[in-house]
Amino acid sequence: MTRRYDAMFAACREEGRGAFGAFLMIGDPDLGASEAMIEAAIAGGADMLELGIPFSDPVADGPVIQAAACRALGAGTTPSKCLEVIATIRARHPDIPIGILTYANIAVARGVGQFAGELAKAGVDSLLLADIPSLEAAPFAAAIRAAGIAPVLIAAPNTPDQALAAIARLAGGYTYCVARKGVTGAKDDMELDHTRLFERLAALGAPPPVLGFGIGTAAQVRASLDAGAAGVISGSAIVAAAAKSGDHAVAVERVVEDLASATKSKRAPRQAQACAN
Amino acid sequence: MLMQTRFGDFGGAFVPEILLPALEQLEAAFLDAQSDPAFAAELEHLLTTYAGRPTPLTRCRNLGSEKVRLYLKREDLLHGGAHKTNQVLAQALLAKRMGKLRLIAETGAGQHGVATAMAGALMGLETRIYMGAEDVARQQLNVFRMELMGAEVVPVESGGRTLKDAVNEALRDWTASFEDTHYLLGTVAGPHPFPTLVRDFQKVIGKEAREQMLAMESRLPDAVVACVGGGSNAIGIFTEFVPDAEVALIGCEAGGDGKGRDGATIGHGKPGILHGAHTMLMQDEDGQVVDSHSVSAGLDYPAVGPEHAHLAATGRATYVPVTDREALDAFRTLARREGIIPAFESAHAVAHALKLADQAEREGKELVLLVNLSGRGDKDMAQAQALLGGGA
Ligand SMILES: Cc1ncc(COP(=O)(O)O)c(C=O)c1O
Repeated sequence: MTRRYDAMFAACREEGRGAFGAFLMIGDPDLGASEAMIEAAIAGGADMLELGIPFSDPVADGPVIQAAACRALGAGTTPSKCLEVIATIRARHPDIPIGILTYANIAVARGVGQFAGELAKAGVDSLLLADIPSLEAAPFAAAIRAAGIAPVLIAAPNTPDQALAAIARLAGGYTYCVARKGVTGAKDDMELDHTRLFERLAALGAPPPVLGFGIGTAAQVRASLDAGAAGVISGSAIVAAAAKSGDHAVAVERVVEDLASATKSKRAPRQAQACAN
Repeated sequence: MLMQTRFGDFGGAFVPEILLPALEQLEAAFLDAQSDPAFAAELEHLLTTYAGRPTPLTRCRNLGSEKVRLYLKREDLLHGGAHKTNQVLAQALLAKRMGKLRLIAETGAGQHGVATAMAGALMGLETRIYMGAEDVARQQLNVFRMELMGAEVVPVESGGRTLKDAVNEALRDWTASFEDTHYLLGTVAGPHPFPTLVRDFQKVIGKEAREQMLAMESRLPDAVVACVGGGSNAIGIFTEFVPDAEVALIGCEAGGDGKGRDGATIGHGKPGILHGAHTMLMQDEDGQVVDSHSVSAGLDYPAVGPEHAHLAATGRATYVPVTDREALDAFRTLARREGIIPAFESAHAVAHALKLADQAEREGKELVLLVNLSGRGDKDMAQAQALLGGGA
């Protein structure tokens, strides 16, 4: 079930670099445009995709992604329509890992198993529910795994040992590590003291750590990978650039190229090892 | 977590991982405070000398009859003008205990914001209140009261610009600020431990009312009636009566226009996850939360506290919709006949009680009702004037 993630992380390791994940909201500003933006992210060099299914009350998101969800819902985006976009992308790109990021109620409304099954059928590799913490994760993770996709869980620098152990046990694909306190949004106050978190996760045998929430510059990408992340995910910076530009897809490709190229600088072998899991 | 986080199928702590340690810290402080007589003594001191507890139980003099007797638990007389003060003082003490420097809170009608601003001023804590922009417009007086007591009021422009959106914004603030900030949640909703903690600090309402009732009537009421937004005043008056199987517990939800634009979460919702809890939720078939509607900002919320979802599922309590129109009629009736102006929220409970009273009169039955008058109507004067006109 983590085949595409495993292959992608292995390839990055081989090339001595970290993985770059691009987040985009499906349906923002409409389905067609978002599909073009996803293609642009791939063309720009994204190694993995993190795609949002919009929810009415995104409490883990800052203003940029909130606005994206709002535009998507305003354009009539539904989970069913998102599945169609995903299936289209998957048909064209058989190998790129695709993760879905949404909120618990979207899954609960259909039934978690049913929802995960539909995602699996569309070609999705993993599901992250932003408001399901380790404490509540067990039944969700089981239902998601049963459908054949990986449950991704979030780990934070303040996550205590017991919770981190649960995350290591339940999660698959990769571990979503948050770069700082607070909601999503590109900020310059990224807290870069993640080495300790990555070490703790590695000791527990957790899936490879990917750092997200607040990564929007090439320097931040570099710093994250130097701290030992197997990859990074950037969302708000991409979404904001697209929203500002007249040609969304061109803007996405440009930002992704810039950020993804920052993963390519040579890394020290010991740190490259942190990719291995 | 150390405590039970569920009420039957409902409850839990569905928050981003980064907030879990803050909830665990709060739970630990709550448990620690519960076993500390000094905490209980300080809270008791504040409730009596600052907030004005105990509040009276008033038998309506003109509404009802010899046989049909209506009692009002007068939370409207509490400092701040509503029941909110009870648990706000307790949480502010907990915030101090945890060494927090700042309070944040959401507010709908503004009553919880006012109570939090009061506590912030009293305890020297910096206070920020998130309030839906629509509520800011319809509760101007309360905005001014909060500001007068030194709180910063932040209008929330997202979503339907009401209570739900204010909670979203407060949660977002808290995910970045929990180290020095306490989120003083205003009702029995949200993630564990809030539903349990807020209930435990509100159950003083029912405790007093039960004793007062026994002293005045030498019997328990046939029914306890309260309005339900998130559900704190209702849980506060219900809890002490839950073991008394012969006492009906009735929650009054916002029936809105009576044609589907409402806030009747238990009546019209289905189970889902919002704001940290698995509870009853107004949503579409895809799981998108839909905006609620009510003349009263305090009942304008598409979810409900998980313990109410549980009490409804087990049948121990029943929940009925009361329309805007019925609430406004009761608002006017209580003012005219008893000289008491209730909050629009509380008027929903009064309306249902008057309905039950009429029915008992018609049937010639004896009926004793206990109504939680959760707050006073001062905050609603401008809106009432606009809705009812000069010749109310
Ligand atoms: C007077 C009054 N009653 C009731 C409520 C509803 O809240 P709850 O259901 O938590 O008691 C409010 C909320 O603002 C209120 O101000």
